[in-house]
Amino acid sequence: MIYRETGQFKSSYQADQALFPIKQDRYVILGILIVTFAIVPMLLNQYWLNAIMLPFLIYSLAALGLNILTGYCGQVSLGTGGFMAVGAFSVYKLMIAFPELGFIPLVLISGFITAAVGTLFGLPSLRIKGFYLAVATLAAQFFLVWLFNKVGWFYNYNASGMINSPPMTVFGVIITGPEGDMHGKYYLVAAFVAVFALAAKNIARGRIGRNWMAIRDMDIAAELIGVRPLIAKLSAFAVSSFYIGMAGALYFAVWLGSAEPTEAFDINQSFLVLFMIIIGGLGSVLGSFLGAGFLVLMPILLKNIMVDGLGTDAALAAHIEIITVGVLIIGFLIVEPHGLARLWRIAKEKMRLWPFPH
Amino acid sequence: MSTRNIGDVILKVDNIDLSFGVMKVLDNISFDVRQGEIRSIIGPNGAGKSSLLNVINGFYHPQQGTITFKGDTRKQMAPHVAASHGIARTFQNIALFKGMSTLDNIMTGRNLKMKTNLFWQALHIGPARAEELENREAAERIIDFLDIQAIRKKPVGKLPYGLQKRVELGRALAAEPELLLLDEPMAGMNSEEKEDMCRFIIDVNDEFGTTITLIEHDMGVVMDLSDRVLVLDYGKQLADGIPDEVRNNQSVIDAYLGVPHE
Ligand SMILES: Nc1ncnc2c1ncn2[C@@H]1O[C@H](COP(=O)(O)OP(=O)(O)OP(=O)(O)O)[C@@H](O)[C@H]1O
Ligand SMILES: [Mg+2]
Repeated sequence: MIYRETGQFKSSYQADQALFPIKQDRYVILGILIVTFAIVPMLLNQYWLNAIMLPFLIYSLAALGLNILTGYCGQVSLGTGGFMAVGAFSVYKLMIAFPELGFIPLVLISGFITAAVGTLFGLPSLRIKGFYLAVATLAAQFFLVWLFNKVGWFYNYNASGMINSPPMTVFGVIITGPEGDMHGKYYLVAAFVAVFALAAKNIARGRIGRNWMAIRDMDIAAELIGVRPLIAKLSAFAVSSFYIGMAGALYFAVWLGSAEPTEAFDINQSFLVLFMIIIGGLGSVLGSFLGAGFLVLMPILLKNIMVDGLGTDAALAAHIEIITVGVLIIGFLIVEPHGLARLWRIAKEKMRLWPFPH
Repeated sequence: MSTRNIGDVILKVDNIDLSFGVMKVLDNISFDVRQGEIRSIIGPNGAGKSSLLNVINGFYHPQQGTITFKGDTRKQMAPHVAASHGIARTFQNIALFKGMSTLDNIMTGRNLKMKTNLFWQALHIGPARAEELENREAAERIIDFLDIQAIRKKPVGKLPYGLQKRVELGRALAAEPELLLLDEPMAGMNSEEKEDMCRFIIDVNDEFGTTITLIEHDMGVVMDLSDRVLVLDYGKQLADGIPDEVRNNQSVIDAYLGVPHE
């Protein structure tokens, strides 16, 4: 496809203000939507939907959430796993107590509950920054997982300590738990992600997103032009946790079907999502998707190539995976803090400079 | 400067004392700024000029004294209160939002003019969209005024120093302040950039009637632009008056020539 900005003059700020000001961008988005909602479900069988598309989309939602907090507002968090657990346990309790409300509203409510919890754990950010804040959110991570293990009420005193998703339907199709219809699950998750990615993009380019970035870039100057650090930081924690909570709810109820807090929501989840936004691109909606896609796909690809293709030992392949991620993280942090999203932008710019004849 | 009219006192600072530990940075400073005037603060390095601006817009809290802005007397300002009452400023060491574009920096300067809530912003329809467009137009007027159309979408962190200073002025102007505090807006500029900046300051004051408090080391500029000049030295008020008075004041001459303090 030919990517050109030349010749497209914006006649008004309205046009310039559009979400995707360049025509080709709009075609790309349209294309992505068609691929997501028509081609992928047609081409991929249940195995691939379950192994790749569901985790990719759900992690994209979590990465979007963390990116709002860390990438846009500059507040580091290692509590993502814990906040996903809040979403998961909320939707579990709600599905049992109020199944009549319907699954989609319950996921939204779980998001709101997580937003409240996240805001609470965001309070230290008003006094501490950077490394110290990361440690404080780490405390949230451990506290929340401990809480969901310890207090039987959260898992309905199930002897195994696990939570199991009861079957729930959307438009008559079962979309939760092991009996769920895989295509139904996929459509539901894809719809959630599409809607909230658009919302994130809108928030990021408006007043609230600018205030977040102002706090990130220079908090003192932001305060002196009227941005309230309290409101900006806590709203970032709230919106971020809302996204992460919904991701946690979908992760448990739609994808896993059952979960045990120590395994499903441990600190590794927090790091995984953090690595996604670092590799994908801090402060970029697109980057959240690229990072999630990369870290979901890479282990599968490595395994396919090395274990199945080259006959490498599975344990060795796992080590190579960890080393690859480590090297990439260091590489991106040093060379390109804006991640894959930035590389994509540079590629686009190159294409603008060399318009292919047509 | 013929059409300008200087009005009543808009800002009055009385008996300000500011110390950090044992170091007295401001010692019993009192001065006022009249509506529509260009009021300069000069003094050698470390005199306390920037600290005085920081007191005025609430970043530093003085131990003694009061600040009266538009009739409200306070012991100290909160930064966002100062902002919402119409005080804006630029910084001696540029304090732009480096990861954001010129346009976004200027739009952020207008954040207090924007009110729509998260819900509308997420949808970006109706009031949120209207508000964004309206403020975009105001931001574009500032971009035109400062002649920075070409760098509208560029991240400010990568711009040359002189342009960054200009964008920072734009961000302050975006708030449509009544009192604009400029901390060495021309420091480190070449003479051409300085001339441009002088013209902007005069135009802002002239066309928008904005009251300006200016810290500047270039005496030529100060004496040319200012209606009145306050001179500080080691936290003390050395002189205060119209440029001619200040220029001929013996203690000011001594301070600038480096006559040792007794
Ligand atoms: N936050 C602070 N903590 C401690 N000391 C400070 C602080 N801010 C300023 N000072 C001290 O107060 C004195 C006055 O500083 P200030 O920045 O107000 O001077 P200035 O007149 O603006 O000087 P310059 O012309 O170099 O900008 C200096 O000695 C400075 O070290
Ligand atoms: Mg100074």
